[in-house]
Parts: sequence; C-alpha cells; structure tokens
Amino acid sequence: MVSSFSSPFDALFALQRTLDANLASGWLGAGTAGPGSFPPINVFQKGDDFVAVVELPGVDKGSLEIEAKENTIRIAGRKTIKYDENASVHRCERVMGSFDRTIAVPIQIDPDAIRAEMRDGVLALFIPRAERDKPRKISIG
Amino acid sequence: MTTGQELQVQQKREVEKKQESTVPARVYVPVTDIFETNAALMLALEMPGVDRENIDVKLESGVLTIEGTIDFTKYEGMYPVYTEYNVGNYARTFELSSDIDQERISAELKDGVVMLTLPKLEKAKPRKIKVS
Repeated sequence: MVSSFSSPFDALFALQRTLDANLASGWLGAGTAGPGSFPPINVFQKGDDFVAVVELPGVDKGSLEIEAKENTIRIAGRKTIKYDENASVHRCERVMGSFDRTIAVPIQIDPDAIRAEMRDGVLALFIPRAERDKPRKISIG
Repeated sequence: MTTGQELQVQQKREVEKKQESTVPARVYVPVTDIFETNAALMLALEMPGVDRENIDVKLESGVLTIEGTIDFTKYEGMYPVYTEYNVGNYARTFELSSDIDQERISAELKDGVVMLTLPKLEKAKPRKIKVS
C-alpha cells in the first residue's frame, strides 16, 4: 500500500517500487491484445473495484473512443500534433498516430457503470466489479 | 513530431544527473519537441499527470530548467495489480543561446503537454535586408 508513508518522497519511491514489482504481471493475461501495444496501462485495485490509468499526453478528449462489452474494454483514438507551418524543427521526439487497444479483465465487470475521467493527459477508467462477482457472506443457518 | 500510423510505446527515460539526489525516487525525462518560429523558440514537453500549479520553469544564465511534479496522493488507497509503466516526476534541462527575452517567457498546459514560448529578443529576430 502506498498510503502509509510520512514523507512525500518516501511515498513516491514506494509507489514506484510497487509499480515495478507488478510490472507486466499476468493479471490481464493474453487477451485479444497482449501487453506491449499503445497505450501503456496500469491497473489498480481500489476496494472492490478497479481503476485503469492510461497516460495519453496530447490526446484530445474528443478524439478518444472507449467501449466496454462484457469484460473487455477498448481504448482507441488518434494523437495529433500540430505546429506552426513556418516553424523550423530542432528536435522532435513526440510521436503522433492512431492507436487501438483492447484489454480483457479477468473479473466480472459492470460495463454500463464504467466511468472515464481525463485530466492533464491521464485517462482514468473506473471499473466497478459486477455485483455477482463480489464475495458474499454466507451465514450458517 | 514524427508521423506514424500505429503508435508504439515510448519507454520513459530516466534523468541522468551529475549529482545524485538524496531521495531515492526516480525522475523521468519528458519527451520534447523543440521548434523555432521567427518570433520565438517553442518547446513542447509531454508531462502527463502534472497539474498546472506543479510546473516549474527556470531560466538561469542560459540554462532552461523545466520541472514537473505529479500529485501521487491520487494513488492513495490503490493497490497495483498490473502495471506497464512507472510514474514519477519530470525534469529536463536545456542550454539556450542568450537571445531569449526572459521576461516574456510563457507556458501553457493542455492535455498533459506543456507548451513553452521563449520569445526572442528584438536584436535576434531575422531582418529582411533590402537591396538598394
């Protein structure tokens, strides 16, 4: 867990370490699109639900398409970079183009209740676990 | 600004500093485009997750430093189950020629991309010379 650190630097380091430890774990499995395609995705568990965090700098909200069906989520879009035509380029590292990625989550999700938020080039998908997938307490009668 | 049909994942590069920092956390190099117009030098830096308030731009004796810190309190209470990239603060330094008007440097943030405009000093702008 990341929350229990006093210094903000410790917290960041701890976060980076836990992210490293889970690097490409088998959680998403070999879905229709395995890991390695654009955009890179981090998946977190938050209580019962899941949060997928995707870095998409320079991608406009409007050019993003998110679809969910059963337990698959598709993230597609286009990244465009436009500069002044008369500008002379000194250094160009940014890449533009289109992307299309589908992930299959190994849990039962509620596709209608997925919520997407985009802020500062980071897309967060809040994926609620389906009610029927949540553990139930069984009382002994 | 390379044009590509299918986007590929760009691995994040870590900052290599001359001095080591006392905190162990990693800092990443923001992917940057630099271009020049007649009036200004422009820099576009990709810093996803950095808030408007957390961007620090400094120009000191010809060295431009851009730093961005992410708000990782958002990750509180979240436990990673599957990860493909790491997160961290961003930092990058550039050496500039001295003909920048320091007072008028401006920055703009959109979709995680910082656009820096460094206006050139009047004397550095290209002049049209008429042949008499």
